[in-house]
Amino acid sequence: MAALRILVPVKRVIDYAVKPRVNKAQTAIETSGVKHSMNPFDELSIEESVRIREKKSYPHGVDEIIAFSIGPPKSVDTLRTAMAMGADRSIFVETKEGEEVEPLAVGKVIRELVKREGINLVVCGKQSIDDDAGQTGQIVAGLMGWGAATQASKVSFGEKGVEVEKEVDGGTETVRSQLPMVITTDLRLNEPRYASLPNIMKAKKKKIDKISAEELGVSLERRLKTLKVIEPPPRQGGGKVDDVDGMIAKLKELGAI
Amino acid sequence: MATARCLRSVAARPALQFRPKPQFPLSTIQHRNASSKHPKGFEPPTYADLAELRERVQEFTRREIPEEVAAKTDKSNSFPNEMWQKLGDAGFLGMTADEDVGGLAMGYQAHCVVMEEISRASGSIGLSYAAHSQLCVNQLQLNGNPEQKQKFLPGLIAGTSVGALAMSESGAGSDVVSMRTTAKAVDGGYVLNGTKMWITNGPDADVVVVYAKTEPDKGSKGITAFIVQKEFEGFSCARKLDKMGMRGSNTGELVFDGVFVPKENVLGEINRGVKVLMEGLDLERLVLSAGPLGIMQAAMDVTLPFTHQRKQFGTPIAHNQLVQGKLADMYTKLQAARSYTYDTARKVDEMGQIRTQDCAGAIMYAAERATECSLDCIQLLGGMGYVEEMPASRLLRDAKLYEIGAGTTEIRKIVIGRAFNKEYSSYAS
Repeated sequence: MAALRILVPVKRVIDYAVKPRVNKAQTAIETSGVKHSMNPFDELSIEESVRIREKKSYPHGVDEIIAFSIGPPKSVDTLRTAMAMGADRSIFVETKEGEEVEPLAVGKVIRELVKREGINLVVCGKQSIDDDAGQTGQIVAGLMGWGAATQASKVSFGEKGVEVEKEVDGGTETVRSQLPMVITTDLRLNEPRYASLPNIMKAKKKKIDKISAEELGVSLERRLKTLKVIEPPPRQGGGKVDDVDGMIAKLKELGAI
Repeated sequence: MATARCLRSVAARPALQFRPKPQFPLSTIQHRNASSKHPKGFEPPTYADLAELRERVQEFTRREIPEEVAAKTDKSNSFPNEMWQKLGDAGFLGMTADEDVGGLAMGYQAHCVVMEEISRASGSIGLSYAAHSQLCVNQLQLNGNPEQKQKFLPGLIAGTSVGALAMSESGAGSDVVSMRTTAKAVDGGYVLNGTKMWITNGPDADVVVVYAKTEPDKGSKGITAFIVQKEFEGFSCARKLDKMGMRGSNTGELVFDGVFVPKENVLGEINRGVKVLMEGLDLERLVLSAGPLGIMQAAMDVTLPFTHQRKQFGTPIAHNQLVQGKLADMYTKLQAARSYTYDTARKVDEMGQIRTQDCAGAIMYAAERATECSLDCIQLLGGMGYVEEMPASRLLRDAKLYEIGAGTTEIRKIVIGRAFNKEYSSYAS
């Protein structure tokens, strides 16, 4: 058995604490001058990969952890954070500012990188908190014909393969798969470390390889067109009913039953 | 510190005032050569480096020092001791120290950035942070010999031991040279007797830099600095002080009852303690001036959302001109104070100039503005500003310390005035 070669896709997104605003032209979310950071689910992916190495939980060890990002030039900061947290090096596919790449194109880019780098485990966030598509991991698995364990809350390596506890409604579901595979991470998986200053300094010396989508033979052309972006309507306050009869009466009144 | 070592002696100042007379009064400024104030191989950080650093510290504070932690530290008046390890792991405790003992050698602008952002999250954790990282760590960095640095700095920078500095006494605050703690020479070292008052981190400290009189008759020329370790016999903390603000930044009264200090723990030269004290003094004021900056920013962080959310007469109160006026005043005070601190720090990092009057000026200005801003914050929050549910009252109580600790506003004005007196001394004759 070979050691793990882990690819961790990370995305630079608007910081989770920022309240996003729609731009004046209603074509997109306002991103200029807004604090960005690494998608929180991707932090979990990096953390889990680094822990697999540190805790030696995979018997044949971890050969390399490669962080990958596709996005505007500033995504480099996100890759540096990933490397400060413990990734060994990075691969960066640069896009133009404001150019949104769809999950299928991201998946195809990852497929090419997986082939080039001899990756046998892709650990990615279950979704990014900006467009919440939640598709990339599964698309990669589909394109590669690999197994995918989504919404992982626990990952362990046994004799029979990789066991993953998945978050499902009302509990967890345990699945087992063989490498190579894709794991997507959920919030209870771990508590990501922050990048310490000494590690950030060291990360500056780690390598970021830039490669274009064309070089990988992938087209980033969009298949979807965004017509209009609007804020969700403000929430209408609810009402309280006194008892079950009141509730039934209310539902009838609303035509729900 | 602050209250801590604080109230620095005016009387002691003349000891270091041996400088050539200025020929062109306006262009020459009182400053010391700072090349010796930075570790080997120090390169001033760029603006981008500092901006990145700020983001990293914010990343730390929002995880480790959220409002609940700051409020709890204030209410319980006790420092969250696990924080030292966290600050150490994050790399914040040795901003100005050599890399070979675990420091980052990033300079004083960087130290100010960390101090500002931690103080923004919690004034008292910020104060304890500075007492440790500047007053103790940087003091050892600047004045310790290689053995002392190797022995004490790695633990202090990693956060496994806590540092403090003990200078002030109940009868010797601003007039620090009148201190009564003595150090008597004995075989192999010195025996310390006396008490020290208002010592930040005193109740928790493992390593304390202590000033004591080796030659009581010689005034400022008879003071020596010592490194006292917690385990030394006769050393104790008599009580923890109950303060108005900066609660949770533990302040104590330290007692030295026949404490034997081996001679390898003498910091700097015998009887040259005032030099050690003064060497660090300007830089301490500079780094501490970032504390009130953080508190002012915190006041803005509380006030701006509140005034835009709260509606009276059908409109957010921030849309009223009187409120706009207050917000504008708060903001410009913060920005002006911030510019002053970082400009002074940049001169230290990039040109090696330590301008005594600007180090005193930056903290004097920032401290007074911080008290004003936190008062405005309370006023703009109205009833919510006056209750402990919101952090406004804590900000005010914390801010006031900086007008008292590390030299009162009045002492700082004397320092600035004396710089002019010296510059223009030829006009007086």
